[in-house]
Formats: sequence, structure tokens, C-alpha cells
Amino acid sequence: MSSKSISELEEMARKCRIEICLMTHRAQAGHPGGSLSEIDILCALYGNRLNVKPEDPKWEDRDRFILSKGHASPGMYAVLAESGFISHKDLESYRVKGGVCQGHVDMKWCPGVDFSAGSLGMGLSFGMGCAVAAKLEGSDRTIFVMVGDGEIQEGSVWEAAMAATHHELGNLKLFVDCNNIQNDDFCENQMRMFDIPAKWNSFGWAVKVIDGHDMGEIVESIEWLDSISDRPAVVVANTIKGKGVSFMENNPGFHGAAPNDEQLSIALSELGA
Amino acid sequence: MTRMAATRDGYGDALLELASNPKVVVLEADLGKSTKSLHFRKNFPERTISCGIGEQNMLLVGAGLAASGYIPFASTFAIFTERAFEQMRNGVARPNLAVHLCGSHGGTHTGTDGSSAQSIEDLAIYRTLPNVVVMHPCDDVSTKELTKQLPDLNKPSYMRTARNKTPVLYDGRENEIKIGKGVVVRDGSDIAIIACGVLVHEAMDAANELSAIGIDVAVIDMHTIKPLDTDMIDKYANKCGAIITAEDHSVIGGLGGAVAEYIVGTNPIPMEQIGVKDRFGESASSEEMLEMMGLKSHHISAAAKKLIARKH
Repeated sequence: MSSKSISELEEMARKCRIEICLMTHRAQAGHPGGSLSEIDILCALYGNRLNVKPEDPKWEDRDRFILSKGHASPGMYAVLAESGFISHKDLESYRVKGGVCQGHVDMKWCPGVDFSAGSLGMGLSFGMGCAVAAKLEGSDRTIFVMVGDGEIQEGSVWEAAMAATHHELGNLKLFVDCNNIQNDDFCENQMRMFDIPAKWNSFGWAVKVIDGHDMGEIVESIEWLDSISDRPAVVVANTIKGKGVSFMENNPGFHGAAPNDEQLSIALSELGA
Repeated sequence: MTRMAATRDGYGDALLELASNPKVVVLEADLGKSTKSLHFRKNFPERTISCGIGEQNMLLVGAGLAASGYIPFASTFAIFTERAFEQMRNGVARPNLAVHLCGSHGGTHTGTDGSSAQSIEDLAIYRTLPNVVVMHPCDDVSTKELTKQLPDLNKPSYMRTARNKTPVLYDGRENEIKIGKGVVVRDGSDIAIIACGVLVHEAMDAANELSAIGIDVAVIDMHTIKPLDTDMIDKYANKCGAIITAEDHSVIGGLGGAVAEYIVGTNPIPMEQIGVKDRFGESASSEEMLEMMGLKSHHISAAAKKLIARKH
């Protein structure tokens, strides 16, 4: 496990944002918006917290990170490259035949990916299984899961939410990436979710709300997650879809669309590439 | 007198025997009393995970356990496994995680609960998934044997069991039961009846009826629908030149579909299908349901006579 300072984590996130733009531009497909909203949290986890071994990605007692919003794979691949699980060259294989960087994160294809995602609402249940396994083994490894805010419209998320507290899974930690936008439109136009923290609280989870782009707050929230041991805990992270690229920010058009040549050049310039 | 037992009891007994492997865990969705995982729960509560009435979550909790080195056995009614089909498809089959799913109370034989509970499509849907082994044994002995072989499979599986009692075929013949290998329960040369589950017994009765009128019928218990024992089908297609498939399942996509898909490309001999003819059931006893759906031995015998005519 590496331990990076706040500024080092911020720099890691900046580099990842550049990769996200490059990957989606190269593929002329993919999901930049949700990758850019999640990336600060992913960098804090991989840069500063997860007990994993890039040289031994299947190490049995590693912490797990399950990206349930598996379409936001460019963010995951960028972090895996920055952490040494895959090479930066591998990022060129995003959405390319035979590439380790499949369209949606896939544990069978990419070293360091713990869950084959792609269909929303599945990762928390899978994470619960991993958490039960760790508990049965008496291992102190931790299971982190990330879901999107649109994703929690899937009913099965709440089956998992209820079951995780029933089984007192203090080793199960969740981030909800609340970027307020889903595929077709803003969440409030598709399905209003009202008070998201209150929903988790009512299911028995420990809940904390943060700014998901403030690296200091993210690091502190991970420490807070680690301090909860008697029940599952969730950080509801308020984020901005497309964060870091002006024309993608808060723009539903960049949920699942790639930048063109001109847009890429603006994005790279804004990100200091 | 023939011993009678329900296949779900074979499943429950097998789980108890498998418990000596500390990696075996049981997942329940509030139907352990019915699927018979309750015996495991009673003896090994620390390795039994209640998922409440939440099948979608249960399948993926199983996937997470399997990815962490455990061997999860999840069960509920066959019909309720179907609401977690996409979890089985994307979360279990696609990453090839060895979650073993058992759907009890399958088929119209489940009886008086009525059409909502009578899964007649489970074998078809699971058969479409790459990596998934699909089984439907006919008695408690074979159910127990097949279940005990699952930890060595290293792939996901779906097994349908039945609620109600049927005659036991395999007492003392446990070593004949192997995943993926059909069993010739009666040899014959005019027609091969390839059956699974409850219909194996109806096929045996039909064979006796047909024998009395000079038609010599083989009966094959095809307890594994996928992978299909194609060596066995080749052998009996050649030997008999005519096949009847028999299952308490839709004629679309189940055992009959699997056999037809195979022989059409290898040895397209005359074939008849005994199964539920694209309709739903209703509340009635098991025997009444088999009669209503055209799944009794006399229905098989009638199909056999028709097939003999087609052969000549």
C-alpha cells in the first residue's frame, strides 16, 4: 500500500483525467462524465488506502474495490495504470478487440479488476458476498464498493442494503457517486430520489456526506469509513459529472459520448496536459 | 414396494454431507424449509447466509463468495430463481463463478400452488447461458449424488428439484450417477425415450405398456440437460432410429429442444416431444397436472405408436 499526500493524490487524479479524455477520444465511445466524477475517490483509495499488490493482483487477502457503475471504466483503467496493475500502453486497448480494457470493467480481462460489471445494481450484492467471505475467514480485509446515484434506482441495490445491515457487515464500505446525471437526463427528471443519505440511514447504514472532489475530505471520509466496524458504512459523495473539463461538467450529453478532436484539445489544455 | 421420496430431500441430505468441506456455504431466500437447505442451517448456522426474500441479491452474494474461494449453494423455488436471471447471466455465468443454484418445486408436478409456482421454462433459460451446467434428476438418490459432485465442477450450475414424492430408482446404484452422463434405465431397440425428472417414471410405465404390445423401448434418464450426453444420443439414435423426449417443462427450449437441436445436425431421425405445450398450468394435484398437460405414461405410449408409424 502506498501513501500519497493530498497534493500527490490530486496530481494522480489530474493525470487520470487526461487518460480518461484520451481513452474515450481514441475509442470514440465510452463514458467520460461518470469517470471524471468518480476519479478523485478512486485515486484516494488506490493511492492511499487499498491494501493491494499490483504485482500479485489475485492475492487472496487483498482489499477489494468493486466498481459497480462499470460503464465508468476509463476512470478505473486510468487508476489501475497509475497504480501499476496495467501499463499505460494497455489503456490504448480500451474497447478494442482483445484488449484488457473491455468496455465495462471485467475481472476476467483486466488485472486488478475484482468484479465483472456492466449491468447496474449488482456490485453491492457482490461486495456483500466478498464481505461475508472475509468475515467467515476471520480476515480483516475491507471491501469497498462504488455505485452511482442513478444506479440506486435499481431495486436490487436495496435488497443488498437491507441484507448487509442484517449481517452486520462492518467490513463493507460504500461510496455513492452522486453526480446528479444518468443516461438520458438529470436524475431529477428521470427519477427523483429525494433524500439519499436518509435512505441509507433508514436501512441501518452509517452515513457521511462529503464533497467528492475535495481530496482532503475524501481522505478523511475513508478514515471515517475505517472507524466503523459494527455495521456497513456509506459515504454519499456530491460530485460533478464531467468534473475538470468545462464543457463536460454537468452536461448529460457527456454521460456516454466521447470528445471529438477539437473538444479533446480543449480538455487537454484545461487539464494542463 | 418401491420407496418413494422427493428429489429436494436428496439435495438437503447432500448439503449435510458436503458440510465437511469448510468452504461450502449455503444461501437461503426464506425457503430453506421447502428446498431442504434447512438441515444444513440447523447444523451449520455460521455457514448459512439468509438473504431474506431477495433472490437477486442472493445470486450475487453467491458470486462474491465464489470469487473469494467459497463454494456457495443457493436455493429457492425454481420459479423465483428466474427473477434473478440477469444476475445469473452477468454476475455468475459470465465470470464463470461456481455458484450452485437449486430451484425446487419445478414443473407442473408442483401442483396445487397453481400456475404462478409451476416453473416450466427454467431448464430452457439456464441452458442458454455459457458455462452453466443444467440438471434435473428423477429421484432423491441421483439428486444427492449429483449435488455431491458439484464442488469439483468449478463452474456454475442450476439444478431443478421437485416438491412431491416420486419412485426411487437408484438405491444401491449411486456409482452410476455422473454429471453429464445419461443413464440407460431400461434397454430397448425400437424407440429411445429420453426423459428427465418426474417424467423418467412415466417413461418407465410407458415402456411397460408398450412392451405388452410388442414395442421394445429404451428409457434414458438424461438428468444432465447441459452438457448433453451426445455419445448416448448418438448410440441410441443409431440403435433405435426414433426418439421421444419427455419432460415436465415447456416443449420449447428444454430437454426436447436440446435433443432436437443436436440430432438435426447429426442424425435427423423421427422424434416426438412430450412436454408442456406452450401453456400455463393451474391448481391441481401432481397427477391431475400431468394428465392435464399430456405428460402421463399413456401420452408417451400414444406418441410411441405414432412414431413407429413414422419410422415405417
